Amino acid sequence: MSAVASELAAGSARQPAGTAAAAATVPLVQARDLAKTFDVSAPWLNRVLERKPRQLLHAVDGVSFEIPRGQTLALVGESGCGKSTVARLLVGLYEPTRGDLVFDGIEAHKVFKSREGLKLRRRIQMIFQDPYASLNPRWKVEDIVAEPLREHGILTDSAQLKERVGQLLQGVGLSPLDMLKYPHQFSGGQRQRISIARALATEPEFLVCDEPTSALDVSVQAQVLNIMKDLQRKQGLTYLFISHNLAVVRHVSDQVGVMYLGRLVELAGKHQLFGQPRHPYTRMLLDAIPKMHDTGRARTPVQGEVPNPLNPPTGCAFNPRCPHANDRCRTERPALLTLGGVKVACHAVEEGRI
Amino acid sequence: MSLLEVKNLVVEFPGRRGTLRALDDISFSIAPGEVLGVVGESGAGKSLTGASIIGLLEPPGRVASGQILLEGQRIDNLPAEQMRHIRGRKIGAIFQDPLTSLNPLYTIGRQLVETIQTHLPVDAAEARRRAISLLEDTGIPAAAERIDHFPHQFSGGMRQRVVIALALAAEPKLIVADEPTTALDVSIQAQIIQLLKRICREHGAAVMLITHDMGVIAETCDRVAVMYAGRIAEIGPVHEVINTPAHPYTMGLMASIPDMDSDRERLNQIDGAMPRLNAIPPGCPYNPRCPRVFDRCTRERPDLLPAGVTRAACWLHDVRQPAAPAGVPA
Repeated sequence: MSAVASELAAGSARQPAGTAAAAATVPLVQARDLAKTFDVSAPWLNRVLERKPRQLLHAVDGVSFEIPRGQTLALVGESGCGKSTVARLLVGLYEPTRGDLVFDGIEAHKVFKSREGLKLRRRIQMIFQDPYASLNPRWKVEDIVAEPLREHGILTDSAQLKERVGQLLQGVGLSPLDMLKYPHQFSGGQRQRISIARALATEPEFLVCDEPTSALDVSVQAQVLNIMKDLQRKQGLTYLFISHNLAVVRHVSDQVGVMYLGRLVELAGKHQLFGQPRHPYTRMLLDAIPKMHDTGRARTPVQGEVPNPLNPPTGCAFNPRCPHANDRCRTERPALLTLGGVKVACHAVEEGRI
Repeated sequence: MSLLEVKNLVVEFPGRRGTLRALDDISFSIAPGEVLGVVGESGAGKSLTGASIIGLLEPPGRVASGQILLEGQRIDNLPAEQMRHIRGRKIGAIFQDPLTSLNPLYTIGRQLVETIQTHLPVDAAEARRRAISLLEDTGIPAAAERIDHFPHQFSGGMRQRVVIALALAAEPKLIVADEPTTALDVSIQAQIIQLLKRICREHGAAVMLITHDMGVIAETCDRVAVMYAGRIAEIGPVHEVINTPAHPYTMGLMASIPDMDSDRERLNQIDGAMPRLNAIPPGCPYNPRCPRVFDRCTRERPDLLPAGVTRAACWLHDVRQPAAPAGVPA
């Protein structure tokens, strides 16, 4: 047995007993300078004949954060800011161009490639946005939820499998009898519960949830969010929660990271971020939320749009839309600095201009 | 006189296993220049109501009974050719996805000019001039240049501006906007909502705004209709419906939305799901999920009853036959 494997085995063995101790020391999830670049150049021949340059899209460009065991980090941002790419990097669907994920002390992307990768993947699972597209319509719920159990060789006996699937379905508020049905017989909210049951089948410690309630109606969204919170309390799950809905983020998260064009611009505790947003982009996002109980009050609309990520502005990526931008913002890219207890990437905040 | 009046509208879908009633006895009206919001969960019938008004019900769906009147004239029984002239000229439409409502093969200028010339007696040069001024109105920078661009050359928010310009091209009296901001980011959403409000006020157009987003309703609408299982559960001024809802469904819906001001460990959830069209329970369709259900709710279907300043389809508000000695809210 290799060193990594024994480390893995030790990690899963101590989980039930030593959760509190582990949480106090090392964060379960550490993203270290994660970056992902996609090559979106024209085909080789076109590049040669038409003299087109190579084009690289920096979808995620150096993102670092930590999530302690049993807590939730939410990532927010507009479409195209790279939040889903971060999710895919964390579950190993993409390989990072730079940086790494350290999961419970293990350098995850090295291990994903080795034979021990399967064991690590058991501990990290994902819930997708669209419950209509993420369940195979031709499989029964029983097969959908049992697939990870079979795939990882956790249970092979069919009677035991059935019993376990029944328990998992009950855990998300469905009936064990539902395992005989097909996905189309369920509503959107119920399908999302099936997705959660499937993700929980391997008893993961870390769940990456990419917009898990965006496709759902509000009354159903409340059901799914409540189930996710209950499960977290009962099983000590750690979540990365991706959403563009700030009210939902405020409800579920402990820490919030705000992303803009592939980078974190602010990372802070929930109460600090919503109570005292520091970065101008965070402030703008918060102002853009419709206030439900002040009817007729217009929002402060955000000026401009997200720039083309293929050709991002120099300096701070937010400078063309920022009311506080000056020459330094247009030339020098701000680093994510710890200022007043929160992490902010903004020259104006650093200089005390705002 | 109201601009649009919908009276006892019933929309049915005949099928092999019987006829499904997707809209069941819907009545409401829109005054000139008013913004009416229509809100509800998926499948409640909000988009279908909009589609019936603009005459774009997809077969086999059909208006089985009831009337739709625009400026006092019936439009639900018009032949397709006549309806085509009303659509665009008197009723404009904005749909959710701005990419699918524009033709990718034509420049936006050509699409605008075509719409203007179909409905208004102007020559091509005048139509183009109008198209440019409409694009300027909707906040598209360098409109005179951008008019010759194709839809794919615009961003999502810019495309939705083009669609709004297109809907307003023939100066309609009513705009039916079906989830106009759902596909957009929250920062762009605020821009588009403000634009829609401003431009409809300037052009004197009334708006029927269909959305599932209560926040958008709150900032935009004068009145709101809450739909549930093909019926209107509650209708009234937006402030009252949101802050002091009278129907238990509206109350549950409002409480299930996470808001920015309070800290709650659990959200209030409405258990169960909206019934399917082939299994709508007798009486009030909300009765299996309603926390305040009593025997009458399972037997008799409630009409819209006055409940304070709003009207709610709920027997709790029947003054002639009070529900319980203690339980009638004011």
